[in-house]
Amino acid sequence: MHRGKGMKFVGDSRIPAKEHRMKNIPKDYSEYPGKTEAFWPNFLLREWMVGAVFLIGYLCLTVAHPAPLERVADPTDSGYIPLPDWYFLFLYQLLKYEFAAGQYTVIGAVVMPGIAFGALLLAPWLDNGPERRPIKRPIASSIMLLAVISIIFLTWESVAEHDWEAAAQQGAIVEDIEVDETSEAFEIWSMQQSCINCHGGDMLGGAAGPSVFQSDYTKEQVIAIIKEGAPGMPPDQFEGTEEELETLAAFIANDGQVPDEDEE
Amino acid sequence: MLQKIYDWVDERLDITPMWRDIADHEVPEHVNPAHHFSAFVYCFGGLTFFVTVIQILSGMFLTMYYVPDIIHAYESVYFLQNEVTHGVIVRGMHHWGASLVIVMMFLHTLRVFFTGSYKKPRELNWVVGVLIFFVMLGLGFTGYLLPWDMKAYFATVVGLEIAEAAPVVGGFARVLLAGGEIIGAQTLTRFFAIHVFFLPGALLGLLGAHFYMIRKQGISGPL
Repeated sequence: MHRGKGMKFVGDSRIPAKEHRMKNIPKDYSEYPGKTEAFWPNFLLREWMVGAVFLIGYLCLTVAHPAPLERVADPTDSGYIPLPDWYFLFLYQLLKYEFAAGQYTVIGAVVMPGIAFGALLLAPWLDNGPERRPIKRPIASSIMLLAVISIIFLTWESVAEHDWEAAAQQGAIVEDIEVDETSEAFEIWSMQQSCINCHGGDMLGGAAGPSVFQSDYTKEQVIAIIKEGAPGMPPDQFEGTEEELETLAAFIANDGQVPDEDEE
Repeated sequence: MLQKIYDWVDERLDITPMWRDIADHEVPEHVNPAHHFSAFVYCFGGLTFFVTVIQILSGMFLTMYYVPDIIHAYESVYFLQNEVTHGVIVRGMHHWGASLVIVMMFLHTLRVFFTGSYKKPRELNWVVGVLIFFVMLGLGFTGYLLPWDMKAYFATVVGLEIAEAAPVVGGFARVLLAGGEIIGAQTLTRFFAIHVFFLPGALLGLLGAHFYMIRKQGISGPL
């Protein structure tokens, strides 16, 4: 083949004429009769259109569901229930079963995934017959099907077992609350030993209860919860007059600030 | 004008053969969905590459704002998400792209497996493909830590505990990845380096080999 424009390079250090170079002839598909199509530009245009449709779906997903962001990492929060990204869930779930956890962790963490991924890597040599149709190589096909079903099953189990509501709550970004500690309402709080025991002296959560500002309740709802209790919270713990209770509830409903008079 | 520029370059570098290597070939009927709709299964590989390109581009834009240290990482992601123009879109694309690339690659792997396309002479290309799969999982794992929020941190803690369970090399692997005993400042910078330099470098090399082999060997014939 006459290469290029037949130019000569001064001090040419390249390997000279590659006569043995493979000829630039498209692969011959004549043994599979049918309609071939030029990659450029015909087929690439079709691919481009498939890509465009795909991209539209992708962008819709992105707009409809912004990427999640939880609160900043707090390594001291040992109560946090961790969860890996969804495509690792099947590996994570595997480690929850008795035969693959505890003293057998090495089985779930290394041996089983190792065998599975090792077999995947070496598939061409494990399944080295000439047959290509899946039905003609039943062992390889059924092992792969089994693997796919196991992955789907483990992922499913993991999703079903996870407490998604608790997960959303434990990671939620907490608003910065500034409690007005000079207010009358805070004084009332300071006398409620029972409230403080769980929700803390600063109202921002303690040993057994969350921050009192965690949920956005109205004043009336706060009063109702204090009087009637809530799951995990006993009723009628408030000690004081009805008026003091209202002052405190308004203070809680207003995120730790004394509400303006006209808001009432 | 364009033709003249092309000729000027071609006269010096002889680029026509390179161009023909890349683009000048025929696509057989059995992989063309225009002829057989079921041939859409042959699109998964191309779509995986498409999402990979988007991941690289969106990732490049993310690093314009992201700061890989434990004091600023979270703040910079929060700023990117809430203040930067279209930041939520760019981060969203990178976030969802990470999942899409796994899905598409999984489907592509299944297609190649069930059409028996990894058989002689294409064994090496299968091996390279599986290595790409591992690199992608590594990218997913390291990228998950970077926002430095609660789920990022604790997922990494668990992941490194699992790595530690490996016999002999487990402890070493953990220290290598975490950059010490504590999962903290060192871990974040390490994961950043792995996510942005080491694994993408490996990925590009493997992709190059993957595409070179498919061009050299051609696509496998119909069943």
